[in-house]
Formats: sequence, structure tokens, C-alpha cells
Amino acid sequence: MAQSALTDSGELLKRPDGLQGIVADWSSDQRAFKNVPWGKAMMWIFLLSDTFIFSCFLLSYMTVRMSTTVPWPDPSQIFALHIGGQDIPLILIAIMTFILISSSGTMAMAVNFGYRRDRVKTAALLLVTAAFGATFVGMQAFEWTKLIVEEGVRPWSNPFGAAQFGSSFFMITGFHGTHVTFGVIFLIAVARKVWRGDYDHARPGFFTSRRSRYEAVEIMGLYWHFVDLVWVFIFALFYLW
Amino acid sequence: MAQVQTREEAGLGGQVHAGGKAHVEGQQHPIGIYLQIWGWLFVLSAGSYLVDYFNIEGYLRWSLILTFMLLKAGLIVAVFMHMLWERLALLYAILVPPLLVLVFVAIGALEGDYTFLTRLLFFQADS
Repeated sequence: MAQSALTDSGELLKRPDGLQGIVADWSSDQRAFKNVPWGKAMMWIFLLSDTFIFSCFLLSYMTVRMSTTVPWPDPSQIFALHIGGQDIPLILIAIMTFILISSSGTMAMAVNFGYRRDRVKTAALLLVTAAFGATFVGMQAFEWTKLIVEEGVRPWSNPFGAAQFGSSFFMITGFHGTHVTFGVIFLIAVARKVWRGDYDHARPGFFTSRRSRYEAVEIMGLYWHFVDLVWVFIFALFYLW
Repeated sequence: MAQVQTREEAGLGGQVHAGGKAHVEGQQHPIGIYLQIWGWLFVLSAGSYLVDYFNIEGYLRWSLILTFMLLKAGLIVAVFMHMLWERLALLYAILVPPLLVLVFVAIGALEGDYTFLTRLLFFQADS
């Protein structure tokens, strides 16, 4: 098998650390990313490109918010919920944040149990993560419905202030919600493979025929944690700013 | 190599084992560390929510929000995504390029300010 397509972490290494290690890893004709499976390095590179996409959304949001002469709507009030006779500011978004963080926690545990070869716990934790993700998307659907139907927010106008609020909001949260949705599908697929024991005997995948081991759960985890990571930035820069 | 051995002793290594079995799989760390980080993420999120709840305004608000955001992002990338235990070649390849976005942020801020001033000058009447 070609060196470039190894799916496990490869040979034992006694390589230099620190800056010398970087030079040694990148120099000459060899794999630059030692000690990580090929799929994991590629997932990281995909996530890097996704980082730039979300950066561009947040950047354009910053630019339109800075350049508008109309006051920016106050997210704290728009996303308040009426609970127990009073309006609690931003509570919907806070709950969504805690749900996504919890899903990241269960995902990290799933990766851990995967490497311990505990199939049942890994699959169960993956499904719990998927359930949290689905809950998050559901709450987002609720939020969108409330904004569009009740408040009349549109990408080109809204009753609260600057028109750019709508376009930024739908673009950023919509793209993030899409990522979560695909993540949930991805999670369910990986949970099924774990449950069936595919990673114990490196059964070839039905689509690519690549054989993977439990590092596949970690690669899935990288994607899921990234979705949570993006939400950290959206929460701070869009909802709290 | 000394560094690798201290990591081994702390039970955080997982990847490079001196001697023993030739093939050790992936990232293996004690479960406790994930629970700890999970707890911290809850605390930090609660912190950033409270900033809004108590209506803290101005520079204090922005610096608190950014601090909580960066701490949370750091914990997720370092521990949940295992960057803490990867080789530097991967870490720098992934984490340095996003820093260039800051240049873009600066350009965007200049442009935003300029547009704002232009709008004030020419469109204020019907804004």
C-alpha cells in the first residue's frame, strides 16, 4: 500500500521535537504529518478551509455592521423568551449554547471509548451526541420560524433597525445550522458502523471501500468539535456583541 | 525525548511508547480530563451569558466576551480536538493560517469605517 494513504498512525518514531521537528517533518520527500492517520490530517485541512468560509461570513457581518448608519437591532431582546411571566434576555441562544457544548462533551467521550474498543458505549455516546445536535437544529428552526413569521425579519428588512441584520443572521446561522445537520447525519452513520463492529475488523466502507479503524470516530469528532467551535465565535460576535 | 517520557508518566502520551507493543492506537487520555474541560466550558459559557444578562456595556463587555470566546475556543481545540498532543508540524500548519484572517479583519474595519463616514456625508438625509 502506498505510504501516502496509510489509515493507521504508522511506524514508531524517534524524531526531534520543537522547531527542529517541524523542519525534519516537512523536509525531503516524505509524509509531513507523522503519527496521524491520513484521514485525520485531511479532516484538519478541510476544517481549515471551513474556518476561512466562516471567517468570511463573520468578517462581512463586521463590515456591514460598522458601516450602517441605522442602529443595529439588539439581539438580547430579539432572542428573549417569555418564561414565567417575564422576558429573559437571550435565553434561547444560551440554552442552544449549552446543548452544543454538552454534545461536544459526549463526542469527546465517544472518541475515548472508541479507542478503548468499547463498542456499545461508543455507539450510545455517538447517538446521544446526534440527539443533542438534532435538538439544536430543532431549536434553530423554532428561532427562525419565530423571527420570520412573528417578527417579520427578512434578509432585506426588519422592524428593529439596520436591514443588514437579517441578511447576516440568515447567512451565518443558516450555514452553521447546515453544518450541524450534516454532522448529525454523519454521526448516525458512524454510530451504525461502530455498533456493527466495522472498525474492529476494518471492514471496507460501502462508498469508498477504504478500511478504517477507530480513528474514524476521532475524525468524526474533529468535525463535530469544529461545529461547536464555530458556534463559540457566532455566539460571541453575533449574539453578544 | 525527555519530553516524551514526562508525558508518558503523566498518562497523556498515548502515541509514542518506548518499547512494549509496536502499535499503539491513536489518542488515549484519561476520561477525567474531558469531564474537567466540559465543566470549564459550561462555566465560561455561563460567564459570557451573564455579561449579557447584567447588561455590562462598553469596553468591559467587549473584552469579557472576547476573553471568554478565546478561552473556550482554546480549550476545545487543545483538548477535545487533541491539538495539545499533536506534533508541531500539524499544529502550525492548521493554526497559523487562520491568524492571517486578522489582516483581513483590519482591512474590513478600515473599509467599514470609510463607508460609514461616506454615508454620513452623502446619505444622512434619507438614511
